[in-house]
Amino acid sequence: MRATLATMERYDVAIIGGGMVGTAIGFGCAEGGARVVVLDEGDVALRAARGNFGLVWGQSKGDGMPPYAEWTRLSIRMWPQLAARVSALAGRDVHYRNSGGLNFCLDAQEWEARRAFVHRRHNEGYGTLRLLDRAELLELMPGCPLGPRVIGASFDPADGHADPLTLLRGMHAGLRAAGGQHWPGAAVQAIEASGDGYRITREDGAVVQAGKVVVAAGVATTRIAAMVGLDVPVRPVRGQNIVTERLAPILPLPASAIRQTGDGTVQIGVTSEDDGILETPTTTAALAKMAARAILVLPALAEARMVRGWAALRPMTPDGFPAYAESATHPGCFVAVCHSGVTLAAAHAGPLAAGILAGALPDFARDLHPRRFIGRTGNSEAHV
Amino acid sequence: MFRRTTPTDCSFLWEGREVPGQAGESLAAALLAAGILAFRETPVSGAARGPLCLMGACFDCLVEVDGAQNQQACMTPVRAGMRVSMQRGARHFDSEDAA
Repeated sequence: MRATLATMERYDVAIIGGGMVGTAIGFGCAEGGARVVVLDEGDVALRAARGNFGLVWGQSKGDGMPPYAEWTRLSIRMWPQLAARVSALAGRDVHYRNSGGLNFCLDAQEWEARRAFVHRRHNEGYGTLRLLDRAELLELMPGCPLGPRVIGASFDPADGHADPLTLLRGMHAGLRAAGGQHWPGAAVQAIEASGDGYRITREDGAVVQAGKVVVAAGVATTRIAAMVGLDVPVRPVRGQNIVTERLAPILPLPASAIRQTGDGTVQIGVTSEDDGILETPTTTAALAKMAARAILVLPALAEARMVRGWAALRPMTPDGFPAYAESATHPGCFVAVCHSGVTLAAAHAGPLAAGILAGALPDFARDLHPRRFIGRTGNSEAHV
Repeated sequence: MFRRTTPTDCSFLWEGREVPGQAGESLAAALLAAGILAFRETPVSGAARGPLCLMGACFDCLVEVDGAQNQQACMTPVRAGMRVSMQRGARHFDSEDAA
């Protein structure tokens, strides 16, 4: 569709990216009364939102970056309300369970590393995280057939999990219900200042005029953010997933890299392949390694059938933490990129969207500005 | 709904009753030919389900075969005397793996 300036569609906010982050922001802005369009790529998009593990998770987030930990915890506190809304909007249960989350330790070395991690998080003010030994784990999950190698786990009672595909579907439904539009089909080619806003041109010739622009384009963020004067280094980090056949309840609490979904499948993760390659193959070696560890946690899984393995690309910043900013050269243009789109969905649809509409990002965003990447290379945060 | 065009040469048990089949044909095809449409009850709602894709992709034709749960009927060849029953709900490890 080609539009002339006279007939082109005008919006208050154009979101570039229809994945977990862009959709949450678009949903929030539309609910806030703005006229919203979400510009989405076609089916060739390297969608991280097809590979979310589904944890709603704080325990591993923000080590060394307390504002990110705070932002994560705010989103987790808002999740119960989001879960009820998206379940109603999607017409099916998003299966949010905030029963607490685990990170299993399978030997003394992992236990000691976990102990040091929990200690460090406590010093950073993350007081709810604690270590459970095997006996305490079995008390928490009576009858859970844990393998003999499981010596304990870290446990955060605020952590939980949800079905990421239902979350995405619910937020898209909410966007439409609030009058927002979703235009899939083509990548954005150019963003230019025009009138009192911006003119966005896509590769299919579609043109949109918007007062505000939010770049939430996952692994394509660097290219598109550069169009509005923002330097946001993002690289792809591949994660592979396994899902088993549906099983009767076997693991009551979600854990890092292993959870039983609301429908009974067991989802097993997850690799962090940092090779810069923009492709999503699975490898037998990685899937076998993931399955082997899952079987150490739950030996009964050795008999379970794997239904599917797949991979997706996380958008990763140099330090692994999210990046949020408003452009200094293009006022009204924002960027939002992270690899925790599920956990942060409630904060993105809530305070972040409200801040974008108000023209002032929430306080936490100051510390998550991508200017922190100038002239430094950081170590990636460990992620789940 | 379905009518066989060639004769059967063996039989197997479905829910304890004898059903005719051809050795080597798809178990799903044999059950459909016998007028059986409900192969399983879903783990989520307990609703009845039967084959959809008949090519190994949809997992809607799950049955229990000789004690093994969650077997895809469309991918399982008929053998004379095999004992087949509905897959009721999710696969349970405790009953199966205790053996």
